Amino acid sequence: MKRLGISFFAGFVFAIGLGVSGMTRPSKVIGFLDFTGAWDPSLALVMIGAMMIYFAAWRIRLRSSAPILAAAFSIPERKSVSGALVAGAAIFGVGWGLSGFCPGPAITSLASGRLPVLVFTAAMALGVYLHGAIQKLRLTAGRPVSLAGYADS
Amino acid sequence: MQNFTPLSSLGGGIIIGLAASTLLLFNGKIAGISDIFAGLVYPARTDTGWRVSFILGMLSGGLLLRLWYPRAFDFGGLRSIGALAIAGLLVGFGTRLGNGCTSGHGVCGVSRLSTRSAVATITFIASGAAVVFVVNHMLGGSI
Repeated sequence: MKRLGISFFAGFVFAIGLGVSGMTRPSKVIGFLDFTGAWDPSLALVMIGAMMIYFAAWRIRLRSSAPILAAAFSIPERKSVSGALVAGAAIFGVGWGLSGFCPGPAITSLASGRLPVLVFTAAMALGVYLHGAIQKLRLTAGRPVSLAGYADS
Repeated sequence: MQNFTPLSSLGGGIIIGLAASTLLLFNGKIAGISDIFAGLVYPARTDTGWRVSFILGMLSGGLLLRLWYPRAFDFGGLRSIGALAIAGLLVGFGTRLGNGCTSGHGVCGVSRLSTRSAVATITFIASGAAVVFVVNHMLGGSI
């Protein structure tokens, strides 16, 4: 129960951070990606701020045997850079550049009640579903699975 | 750089870092939003409860922003519904194939010095920038 409370709290605070940082506004994200236009470096500062804190938290994690409320850390262990990783990131980037939305800001922005955000998020769910469906097809076809298995994130 | 907001962006980033650190140090989980969201699309995956809880927290945070900081949802220059639908599909599919997005790879992965995450982050910023270049400088900025 405490763990669910922490999850809720983390999601809540994450959303506030996205809103305060400007990242719920697609124009800010597209402004960052527009390196040859009216470049807006704000997104880089969001990343730097978040990484400073998380880097410190990771140092603490390395010295802890277990998290405060759970039996173990669940951290992705994979190290290899695969074709799927690069292809997936490239495809994600195309969608990100087209819209200015990535998953966190899109979910947070559902609270705005605006139809375009709902359309984006529903399409995102469909994309996740399609990936799972294709992976299942490949599994049942008995071919080696090269689509990504478990998550880094 | 007339739209640059260094203070609020750095401050917001620190808040995001605190949220992700809380989830790591208390629950041992990585705050990768695309992975958390995928757990709702495929609820058969293990550990669905904390994912639902995180998303409900995000939506509540969004509602608070709507009440107290409506500027967060100032969506000037939004792309067309058709472009957003295609983009959503690509974001959903791509983040699953690549195992993460701006939060899981960008914030959490790069900070723990993961090579996979650094490669993913450079890749999605590069492809995102390429698309924005095409849209803004070859298609006149409206799609």
